Amino acid sequence: MTTDAQGLGAGDSKLRDPRVRAVLYQILVIVLFVAFVYYIADNTIDNLEKLGISSGLGFLQQPSGFGIGIVLIMDYSSQTSTHFDVLLIGIINTLAVSLSGIFLATTLGFIFGVLRLSSNWVVNKIAAVYIEVVRNIPLLVQLLFWYFAVLGVLPLVKESFQLGENFYVNNRGINFPSIVPSDGFWVIPVALLVAIVIGVFISKWAKKRQDLTGETFPVFWSYVGLVIVLPTIAALIMGLPYTIDYPAFGRFGIKGGWVLEPEFLALLIGLSVYTGAFIAEIVRSGINSVSHGQTEAANSLGIRSGLAMRLVVLPQALRVIVPPLTSQYLNLVKNSSLATAIGYADITAIFAGTSLNQTGQAIEVIGITMLFYLSISLIISMFMNWYNKRIALVER
Amino acid sequence: MSEAASTQTQEDVAIQLVGMHKWYGEFHVLKDINLTVERGEKIVVCGPSGSGKSTMIRCINRLEEHQQGQIIVDGIELTNDVKKIDEIRREVGMVFQHFNLFPHLTVLENCTLAPIWVRKTPKEEAEAVAMKFLERVKIPEQALKYPGQLSGGQQQRVAIARSLCMNPRIMLFDEPTSALDPEMISEVLDTMISLAEEGMTMICVTHEMGFAKTVADRVMFMDAGEIIEQAPPQEFFDNPQSDRTKLFLSQILHNA
Amino acid sequence: MAIVKTERHPELPPPVSESGVIGWMRNNLFSSPLNIILTLVSVYVAWVAISGFVSYTIINANFAGETRADCTDTGACWVFIKARFGQIMYGFYPVEERWRVDVGYVLGAIGIFCILSDWVKNKKWPAVYMFAVYPVICYFLFSGGYFGLPTVETSEWGGLFLTLVLASVSIFVALPLGIVLALGRRSEMPIVRMLCVGFIELIRGVPLITVLFMSSVMLPLFLPEGMNFDKLVRALVGMSLFSAAYMAEVVRGGLQAIPKGQMEAANSLGLGFWKATGLIVLPQALKISIPSIVNTFIGLFKDTTLVLIIGLLDLLSIVKTGTTDKEWLGMANEGYIFVAMVFWVFCFGMSRYSIWLENKLHTGHKR
Repeated sequence: MTTDAQGLGAGDSKLRDPRVRAVLYQILVIVLFVAFVYYIADNTIDNLEKLGISSGLGFLQQPSGFGIGIVLIMDYSSQTSTHFDVLLIGIINTLAVSLSGIFLATTLGFIFGVLRLSSNWVVNKIAAVYIEVVRNIPLLVQLLFWYFAVLGVLPLVKESFQLGENFYVNNRGINFPSIVPSDGFWVIPVALLVAIVIGVFISKWAKKRQDLTGETFPVFWSYVGLVIVLPTIAALIMGLPYTIDYPAFGRFGIKGGWVLEPEFLALLIGLSVYTGAFIAEIVRSGINSVSHGQTEAANSLGIRSGLAMRLVVLPQALRVIVPPLTSQYLNLVKNSSLATAIGYADITAIFAGTSLNQTGQAIEVIGITMLFYLSISLIISMFMNWYNKRIALVER
Repeated sequence: MSEAASTQTQEDVAIQLVGMHKWYGEFHVLKDINLTVERGEKIVVCGPSGSGKSTMIRCINRLEEHQQGQIIVDGIELTNDVKKIDEIRREVGMVFQHFNLFPHLTVLENCTLAPIWVRKTPKEEAEAVAMKFLERVKIPEQALKYPGQLSGGQQQRVAIARSLCMNPRIMLFDEPTSALDPEMISEVLDTMISLAEEGMTMICVTHEMGFAKTVADRVMFMDAGEIIEQAPPQEFFDNPQSDRTKLFLSQILHNA
Repeated sequence: MAIVKTERHPELPPPVSESGVIGWMRNNLFSSPLNIILTLVSVYVAWVAISGFVSYTIINANFAGETRADCTDTGACWVFIKARFGQIMYGFYPVEERWRVDVGYVLGAIGIFCILSDWVKNKKWPAVYMFAVYPVICYFLFSGGYFGLPTVETSEWGGLFLTLVLASVSIFVALPLGIVLALGRRSEMPIVRMLCVGFIELIRGVPLITVLFMSSVMLPLFLPEGMNFDKLVRALVGMSLFSAAYMAEVVRGGLQAIPKGQMEAANSLGLGFWKATGLIVLPQALKISIPSIVNTFIGLFKDTTLVLIIGLLDLLSIVKTGTTDKEWLGMANEGYIFVAMVFWVFCFGMSRYSIWLENKLHTGHKR
């Protein structure tokens, strides 16, 4: 039987050609999908009309009319600030707690991950208990625990618990003395920047020197020294250009200084402890994945354990650790949305929460909120792809 | 303290194992090992799996710890003292069954890592030495490749060069060809033979009896943690004394 | 000049300092000065934490009584949990109808036992029972209105009962939906693939709470007037879609692990795409993915607590409401510790099971 160029015989039905079928299937899917979207859009428009809810992004220009507990960086007033401002504040607050949380969780995770590998049985088991207990209790339960059971039993402002001279702890937060810059304060951050730049130059110089002579130079301690000494000298030269605002009891509570609200604290601690346990597992399995033979080979060349860890084990372990690690970072950012449950003013709480209640424009508000989280997700994925390509082990 | 050691000068004796015992938990894995290796001697260790041969040589550079007896390398006694362990490891090179090359570094960097960080050699000098040894093992053109790009035989030769870059006086080989495809075994054995001909002190755990016949000064047979028999290769293969040795030889030579 | 050993050396026991308890302690706990300090500090910290916890929850705790006044000891006041136990377990389900929930639990336990146990050889009937018959039974049993059972509105469902309903229904829907999405994502047809990828990545990139907001607030808008979905159904839709996206990724991983040769062999035997997938590829893929599926279920189980935010009365929410009851103010500690322990027992148990399962199944798929 002769077949044409596409492989169909003269008498075969076109419908049996897999390519034709694929096209037909897809057309069907598109038709169904469009019909589905149309049906929903139709209903939505009807319902919105009946409920008197407007559409579009105009609401972002409207004044918000509600107060916000924690406002960073921006100025906010319930009379004049718009819903767009609410969105921005929400984003800032989310990023603030997420970034701090990522930093703390990574620290906790690496420490406990390494402890979990310790040959000391007691230390090993303690780390195991932390990891297994925290991972199996829902984050929300832990958050409520930190917020209500731990921070909730803090004393009233009147009876604040006092740490030393200048720290007050009460149920409205932890009060710190704050640094109020005065004239000439700018030298201190500049000095810090200079210290870092000098540190970079020193590390480059030290590498060259090692290549030439073989001698190593304590780069890390140089950094530490510079970062401490230079800003201190700068401050002294300018005659200590700042005043310290001490928190003190006023008529209506504590005035002055700076406050860390319990909502922020509870969310930060909860997120860090929870994510830290997952990171610890990731670190542990990453380091474990490097075969023991690598350490043995390094040792038999005379390289001691600490150096072997740094030069041989850790570079290989990091390849295995970084992808799931960035995944956990993304989880942490998404989990920060639980702020709603304890009243921290992140984007979900004030924008997708209160603003939505005020304006009723569910689709726009939730859409924008999801867009925010999706962007973060995309940024993290892109970073991960870049990192993976860069450090991939070269093989045949 | 063994009497035999005192009749030879320190310079002559590379390794001494005196009454060495090792246990894994309750299991007595090495029983009363006594061995003296002179400088320039080449010893081949053979025996069934589980006989403790790898464990024994891994004790020599402290990859494993012995619980009783003495190990003296180059006149330095091996104890828990970290400094002594470092000194010994600088003098003893080891080649592993599974190569254990560092996959994230190039071949050249694999070879220069230890000289740069342990002997504090300047980079140029270290690289020159590395190239010299890479030429010795006949793969200088692979210097900038990564281990993952090389064949098994090439990787093992790099591993040998890497150990040689630290200028050890003693080389230990732990079944260096057991993980290689048959056609690559000879290139590695040839390298080891040329090393032996230059006078390197070697202890080699292997099943390659042809190599033993060519190169070894002594062949040792171990079984169940003990050294059962040792003799020059001629005697060992032609006239084994112990029944256990005879049984083992009949099994492996039958399949050779 | 051969040296030959004629007598074999006896097996000796290791020196005392190296073996047994003392040897183990020397090597693991006290092998170096740093280790000694670490051990002592850790043992101290562990002792303080454990003894504190035990004395709070057990030794000094109050178990007997009915009211707040019976909490006389310094430890935890478990009377709080006891007094509200009915609510915690069943929510506001009418007391005289609670037997229906219990019957549901028993029927479910039997089904799960049959599926998991090695005693039951033919898994087909338990599977059909659990996935087709049991859900229907539960629907009629729990909500009533038929067969002479009085109706119980979903707004009265709560506590641990609601948590289990949320988790089970979500997984029932998420598994098949996830499989479809995973197959769709691997499809060669670009439109299908794009839609599946789009859905999966959208859901995985946003927090569960936004999906729950979306389903509870936007679903009524999407549907014609008059069609009213009660709160529980809206939450279930949200949770099921959310889990389906994660399940899809798990199944996709399993599918990727099956060598192409399997599909090729099936095709060459005359099996078309669907038959080959359903009979050959998918069963193997699912078997490999079971540990990850169990892990996803554990995550889902923990995530059910988020319905607190949209006003459903699951286990956590009911306990939280209890702590604001005038009579029981200040019981936050006891409440959350109790909830934590319940979840921990479930989740830790499931994760141990998953590990056991993985070990058991690996014997078939050794690489």
